[in-house]
Order: sequence, then structure tokens, then C-alpha cells
Amino acid sequence: MKYKRHYDVVIIGAGSVGMPAAFAMAKVGLSVLVLDRFASVGQGSNKAAIGGVRATHSDPAKIRLCLRSIEIISTWRETYGHDVEWRPGGYLFVAYTPREERTMKDLLEIQHRYGLNIDWHDAEGLLEIVPDLNQQGLIGGTYSPDDGHCSPLLLNRAFYDEARRHGAEFHLNERVVGFIKVGDRVRAVRTDKGDYTAGVVVNAAGPWAREVGAMLDFKHPVRPDCHEAGVSEPVAHFLDPMVVDIRPAPGSANLYFHQLASGQFTFNFTPDPLIWGEDKRETSAFLPQVARRMIKIMPRLSNLRVRRQWRGLYPMTPDGSPLVGWSHEVEGYLMAIGMCGQGVMLGPGLGELLSRMVTCRLTPEDQETLEILSPYRAFARQEALR
Amino acid sequence: MRIEEHPILKVERKRPFEFAFSGEKLQAYEGETIAAALFANGIRIFGNHQKDGSPQGIFCANSQCSQCLVIADGKPLKACMTAVRPGMQVEPVCGLPELPKVDSVPPMREIEEVEVQVLIIGGGPAGLSAAIELGRRGIKTLIVEDKSALGGKLVLQTHRFFGSSDAVYAGTRGIDIAAKLEEKVRAFPSVEVWLNSSALAVFSDHKVGILRNGKDYVLVEPEVLLVSTGARERSLVFRGNTLPGVYGAGAFQTLVNRDLVKAAERLFIVGGGNVGLIAGYHAIQAGIQVAGLAEALPECGGYKVHRDKLARLGVPIYTSHTVISANGKDQVESVTIAQVDEKFNPISGTEKSFACDTLLVAVGLDPVDEFYRKALEFGITALAAGDAKEVAEASAAIISGEIAGLKVASALGLEEAEAPKGLERMAEVLASKPGLCLPKGTPHREEGVFPVIHCRQEIPCNPCASACPRGLIRIDPEDIRKVPEFVEGDKSCIGCERCVVVCPGLAIALVDYRKDSEWPTVTLPYELSRESLNVGEIVTAVDEEGNPLGEVEVTEVKAIPKNDRTLLIELKSPRVLAEEIAGLRVQAPEVSAPLPEATLRLADDEIACRCERVTVGEIRKLIREGCRDMNEIKAATRAGMGPCGGKVCGPLIKRLFLEESISLESVTDYVRRPLFLEVPLSAFAGASDEE
Repeated sequence: MKYKRHYDVVIIGAGSVGMPAAFAMAKVGLSVLVLDRFASVGQGSNKAAIGGVRATHSDPAKIRLCLRSIEIISTWRETYGHDVEWRPGGYLFVAYTPREERTMKDLLEIQHRYGLNIDWHDAEGLLEIVPDLNQQGLIGGTYSPDDGHCSPLLLNRAFYDEARRHGAEFHLNERVVGFIKVGDRVRAVRTDKGDYTAGVVVNAAGPWAREVGAMLDFKHPVRPDCHEAGVSEPVAHFLDPMVVDIRPAPGSANLYFHQLASGQFTFNFTPDPLIWGEDKRETSAFLPQVARRMIKIMPRLSNLRVRRQWRGLYPMTPDGSPLVGWSHEVEGYLMAIGMCGQGVMLGPGLGELLSRMVTCRLTPEDQETLEILSPYRAFARQEALR
Repeated sequence: MRIEEHPILKVERKRPFEFAFSGEKLQAYEGETIAAALFANGIRIFGNHQKDGSPQGIFCANSQCSQCLVIADGKPLKACMTAVRPGMQVEPVCGLPELPKVDSVPPMREIEEVEVQVLIIGGGPAGLSAAIELGRRGIKTLIVEDKSALGGKLVLQTHRFFGSSDAVYAGTRGIDIAAKLEEKVRAFPSVEVWLNSSALAVFSDHKVGILRNGKDYVLVEPEVLLVSTGARERSLVFRGNTLPGVYGAGAFQTLVNRDLVKAAERLFIVGGGNVGLIAGYHAIQAGIQVAGLAEALPECGGYKVHRDKLARLGVPIYTSHTVISANGKDQVESVTIAQVDEKFNPISGTEKSFACDTLLVAVGLDPVDEFYRKALEFGITALAAGDAKEVAEASAAIISGEIAGLKVASALGLEEAEAPKGLERMAEVLASKPGLCLPKGTPHREEGVFPVIHCRQEIPCNPCASACPRGLIRIDPEDIRKVPEFVEGDKSCIGCERCVVVCPGLAIALVDYRKDSEWPTVTLPYELSRESLNVGEIVTAVDEEGNPLGEVEVTEVKAIPKNDRTLLIELKSPRVLAEEIAGLRVQAPEVSAPLPEATLRLADDEIACRCERVTVGEIRKLIREGCRDMNEIKAATRAGMGPCGGKVCGPLIKRLFLEESISLESVTDYVRRPLFLEVPLSAFAGASDEE
């Protein structure tokens, strides 16, 4: 036998989902190995994320997971000591046409049903929250003060530190090449460096989840699309919430930006049409498109200097919601895939849920969440404002 | 604090006007950068870092770092790249800059897109030489240059160039070579030049983002990209390494030789390569004292003639020494050096401190190759030339550019323009490091007239051989790196002084016994201010390496127009010294005297990433914990996340790995991302205001 060691859980991917899962599992005493193809943690999609964290979705599963994420992230510093740059600035969706106004107001009903702290404000009210918004044509918008943002990099490292402190092991620069099954049960993970037996294998491989699943003959309906983002120089603080504009414009379906704890702004949009694939190379189209949008919505940003631009991958599912659950075909194979660009906000809550799944401590609420996120669900329509 | 008189450079100032710094009215001249104007007014602290309040000033003066940030008329800008304007209100950056309020959406234009056959990024020696080859063939070429003038670093070089007289203008001053190249380029109608225009990014869709005239964003799509972006200066780790007053030797040359600012009163230099040695020489030309130069290796890496030239002026050169601290509260007041052991660790007890206001860092250059690497990654037909390809002398860059120009023409399928073999060979020769150093051999002729050549190290240079009208100075024509020899046959030296004048190393003295064989005349080249030397004055004559020989009298100071600003000094020397004299000391010994006691800086402030103020200690700790990924260092500490994007700290961090005996092959390099410079959103939106 060339098995290097046995672990209770082997997690594939040290990203926004794998890392909090490793922490949650190590914390309850499981032996955990995390494998990642990159040389250090969070180098896949985590580092490309801009760090928005909100619970104001319309899907109860996501709402529940993100509410827990906000709890974890917002109390992290006092609990564990790391500054993850949590800023409870809220999310602010702006409406400049009746079309967005209608979408938002429709959504509010659902959101209020789930007890979310989000309200409609008219233009005047919105300008009190963000005085620098372009007033011309502004109808109003929704504001959810309990949402916020953090540094994905620092959060990932904070989980990394705590996971290691609780004994989780990390094998970086190591690529999964296959699995060893005994009957219907996954028995071991094979990498380019060796084999590891495991009770449970978690696929948290983000945009590469399909590739990993294919090694067990699955065809996970997860495929990445490419999103470009940018970050500015730091300037004196003047914007608290994440600002979201859902109007389409040439090349983009929306726009969101916020000011980080460092004073820098990050910004990105959903390209329209979507750009499928894994091409992380930067293009010339992004900055002219995003700059126009940003200045239109907040003229004060004209003089804000752009520092860097990059591309990241969103592992998309057919309906825009994650796929979480045990495989029915391969025993011991747990999917936590298809975060659709929301891994950072879903990850902390999801990590704990995955830990409860492995230790068989699911609550009735968890059961409900898992039903909604089931990989075996029928894919209906996309969630509004996902 | 401006240079009013310079032995080589013409001091011509344009219109004076007022601007303000921190509300204080100051004078500037049209065309000056904000940085130059501030330095000229004695201001070296441009702000305080938002993270720890540390004072900030110039480091690169070349747009590579972002340490010189100021707020000019409400906008954060690099002081080194922005021209000061009448009435401009400049404020130091203290903490985070306030973004000015803007009331309405400005008009926005579509971003202009331009197609060209060849885009050349960088109008220095390599880029210009390439453009000449392309212009000659009528190829539509665009040169983008981020400065307000062409020539790159040539415009800072007051000294005569080494290299080959036939191929690369050897014996001509760098500043004049720049003008010659520009004149040629401007004559070709197919070559367009955009000054004050910076390349920001090479994109995967094969477009190159250019900020034209410092404000208009343009996307240029070339068939072939030529990257001739030169090199950037390396930083160095020591305590106090980011104090204002610690900056690159290239930055110093920019302030002094381009901007004509007396940037320092007295400086110290770390690094004995050509850049450091030449910077020391340029300092003395500009009337700035040089307290010494430290080089960690047992020998200076630069040309020996450069080293000797500086030593002869009276600058002590401390080999096997390094800088251990720059001292002072808000700016440099002194530096402390120490001897190093064979592993380059400072030896305790050998510390010496020197009073000075500036420490020049000249510890090597790295190619500015980001655009080239991106182009290769994205499958764009691209070439690199000059320092962007391989760091070497500017003479080598000229040939490298010429070859690149021919290769680009060939890549465009316009002709079978294979670079001639001779050119490739010349490029190799000019880029070669100094070779063997032959032992000193003195002629001891004691009669007639003849040159004594104080040039014993193999370097690529031949103006002396080209200059001798009788062909008596010989350098192997097959290999100009060979040492020159004075060989008399049937013809003999006529004492024409041409070799003395033309030698870029100022390494030839003419000894003439004909008038008075007991008191022969020694003729030396002199490139300092004429006023500093008078006939009848008694001076200290020194040998080749700067050791004092004795006091001699100046009998003549000759300024001959055809000698192009090189003065000739005649000394009346006793017979026994005549053939040893290679120069005269100009700097008083007290300038370079160490302080009575060495200062040891206590603050543990060795900075690796100056943008984000990340200390060496923080990074070393991660490395010792097992980190082998530059991206992880960035994620964990922010080193490399600042405005310069790891351009300055990247090489330093790699050195930290090496110091921990970790091979760089096992370290994952940064994933590099644009932009090269920080540019306002308004530019990308086509909304740059008219100015």
C-alpha cells in the first residue's frame, strides 16, 4: 500500500468554501487534509473576489447560510483575533428607471417574509446614505444595513490559521488526478504526489469542480464564466455600502462597487453576454465600460485612480444557486460546488453546514437548506438578483 | 538649490513663476516637474505614509514607484512625472487623499483605437535606434515615450560614451547622442512620436492601452510590439532605507542632469557598478560633495576607469563594505557602513558613519519587461530591445535596438532583413562585462612626448585608437575589448592631445619632456567647472587609482572649442612623478572623513515594500514558516499590492528567499496584472478634462 495517511475528510480546494469547511471540521475534531493545485491558499477564485457579503437574497437557503456567514465574519475579530476588515456598510441597490424599481419592490416582499432588514428608500433617503450618488433621474432604491463586506484574502487566511491550529493539514501545489473506489464507496484521493485514504471527500474545487467530478464519472452542471474586476488607489473614506446598479449597459448586465477598509474601491460587473470559459487574462474592454458606468452613477469617482485589473471565474450552475449534498451514486463524496461567484459570502455558513453533514448533526433547518441546494434538484428559473 | 553653472550642461531656464506647497509660495520654472521644483526649494519630504506616518519623498524619479505622490490642485499625482504649472497648489499627502467632489457627469467620448504596424514603447537609445531602421523602410511606427523628451537615460549622461567609434558614437556625450538619434528619427515621415505618453497595459485582445499626453486613453493595436522600456533601479534592505534622501542613483541623475537641481549638498553612494560610479562623478560635476562609495564585493563591478576617475577626484571607495543604516529622523543626516565578511554579513566593530544628506542606491538594475512578458503570454508578435531585454550599457542598447528594428521589419515580411552577423557580434561585445585587468606597466621613457594610458582593464571601447591621427594607439580591431597600447614605429607621437580629450574614462595623460626634461609637462583632461581651477594653483596630483603623489603647479588651463567642453590642464611635474600622474584631487579630504563615532540606528525599519510599508521582518517570518509563493506574501502582508505592483519590492523579496538558502525555482512568482500606472477612471471613460 502506498497510502500516505488516512484522514476523516479530504477537502479538494483551499478556497472560499474549502477553507471554512476545513476549519469547521478540524474544530470538531475531525482529521482533515486540504489539497490545492496552487502554491498557497486562496489562489484560485478567492483572491479574485471583491468581498461583498449579504444575506439579502431571495432564496431561503442562501439567506440562511449568509446570515450565519455574517455572524461568523462580523464576530471573527473578537473571537479569533484576526482583522478580516469586516465593514457593515450594507448593500444599496439603486433604481434610475421604473423597471428596477418594480424588480426591487417585488423582491422586497419575499425578503421581508424572511425577516431581512432591507427597505425601500426614495431618492432623498438614498442620498442621505450615499450623498455622492448621481441625483439626476434617481428614483430610489433598497438598502440593507446589516450586509457588509470583508477582505476575502484576510478571511481566507484567518480560516487557514485557525484550521491549522486545530490540526488541519494542507498539501499545496498538489493536484488531484483521480480517486480510488471500493465498490460504490470513494476510498482514497490520488494526487500527483500520492494517495490519501479518506472517510469523506469534499469537492470544493470551485471553477474546477466539474473537472474533479469527472474523475468519478460525474458531469456536474458547473461551468465557469469570466468576470473582470478592478481596484483603485486608497482615498479618504466616503462610501459605506456596496452600491449595485442592475441596469444593463453595453457590455454589462449590472455594476457593483464599494470602498474597502483600506480606502480602495473595488468594482466589477457581470459581462453581457457572459464570457464562458477559464480565460483569466485581462482584456481592454473592461476598463472603458466599467469607468463609464461608475462615473455615471457617482461622478465623484472621475478622479479615482485605477490601480489594478484582473479576471476571476464564477462557477455557475443552471439556476444560479449552489449545489450542495452527498452523492447518491458514490458514497462518501460530498459536493459543495457551483457557488456562482458567492463563495466568500456563502463559505463560512456553508463550512459549518458541511461539518454538520459529515458528523451527522443536521438540524431541521439544515435539511430544508439541503433540499433547496440539492444537486439532484430540477433546475427551474434563475433566482432574481442573484 | 538650482545648478547655476555646469561644466558640460547648458543652464537655460525658461519663464519663472510661482506655485505653492502647503500654502507656501515657491518659485518654479516652466518645464520643471513638481519634484524638481520642490527639491530646488529645499523640500524633500512630500508627505507622510497613511499607514505609519513615515516621511515620503523621491525614490525612483522615473514613475516606477509611487513614493513621490503629492496632491496637485486637488488630484493625487506623481511629483516626478507631472509638470508644475503657474499657481498650482501642491499639498503633501498626509494620510489618505480626499477625492474632490464632482457635481455632474462629465461628457464622455468613445475611446480612440489606433492601428499601427509597429508600436515602440520607450523612446530611449534602443527604441530610437529601432525606429530609425523602421523609418528608413517606410514602416508605420508609433513611439510612445512617457517623458517630455526623447532619449531615455541618454539625456542624463554628461560623459563621453564608451563603445565603438564607428558603430555607436563612442567618444560623444550621451546627451548629444540623444539629440543625434532624435534628429534622425524625426526625419522619417512614417514614424510618429507621442511624448508624455505612458503604456498602461498590454491586453489579451492584442491591444495596448496608452495614456496619451498624460490624460487621453487610447488603445493601440500594433502588428508588432517592440518593448524598449529600459530598466528600473533595485532597492536595498537596510535600516532607514526609505528615509527621504535615500534614492536611486538614476533618480539623482535625473534631478541633477535633466532638471538641473542641486539635489544634495553631500552624498554617499552604495554600489560600485557603472551607475553608482558615474553618479558620483556627475555629483562632483554638479558641485555636490561625495563622502564615499561602498561596494559589497571585493572589487567594484563597474569599469575600472570609472572607479579610478572617481577615486582620483578624492572619493574613497570602500570595497567589501555595505550600508547598514541611513540615519536621521525625517530625512538622511548620516549613513553608517560596515565591512562585510565573505558571506556579506557586516562585521561588528567595523562601522563607520559619514555625515551626508543623501544616500544614492546603485545596486543594480532590472529589466522593465512586464509588457514584453504579457505580449508573449498573449501571443502578440513582440520583441524586447535594450535594457528591457538585457541590462547593459546604453551603447549596447543602441545596437540592440538596431537589430530589433531589422527583426521587426523581417517579422512584417517586408524584406529578408536578417540582422547582419557583425551587428549581433557588436551587440555582444558592447554588452560584455569588464574582463581581465592587466598589471600596471609604466613606460619610463623620460624623453619626447607620448601618452600614458591608465586603462588596463578589458572593456568595449576604442575612441582613443580612432582618434590618434598617426595610428599609434592600437586596439585589436577584431575585439575592441582589448586594452589599448601605445606603439611607436617609424612614426612618433606629435602631442596632439586628441586621445587625451576623447577618452571616456579620462584615463590618458600626455607627458611632454621636450621643453623641460627635468620638469616635464603633464596634460590631463578636466571636465569640472573651469572656475574651480586657476593657472598657478598648486594641486595634489594623484596616480591612476587616486593615491596622492605630490603637489604640482597648474601651468595652463585650455578650453578649446573643438574639444567639446573637455578642458585640458597642464601641470608642471617633477621628472620622477610625470609618468605616474593620472589626475588631480579636487575634493578636500575632510569631506570624506568619517564621523568620530559610528551611529547605530535602533529603529528596526528595514522596509521591503515601500508602497505598503511592509518590513523585511514580516516577510522573512512568512518565508521561515514555509511560504514559497510570492502571491501568498502579497495576500498575507500586502507587499506588492501597492501602486507599483511589486516592481520595487519583488526583487528584494526574491533576495530574502535566497538569503534563507531557498532556490527561486521552488518559489512561485507573482501573477502579474495591469495597470502599470495608476490612472483616473475619467481617462478610461473618455472624460479627461481639457487642460
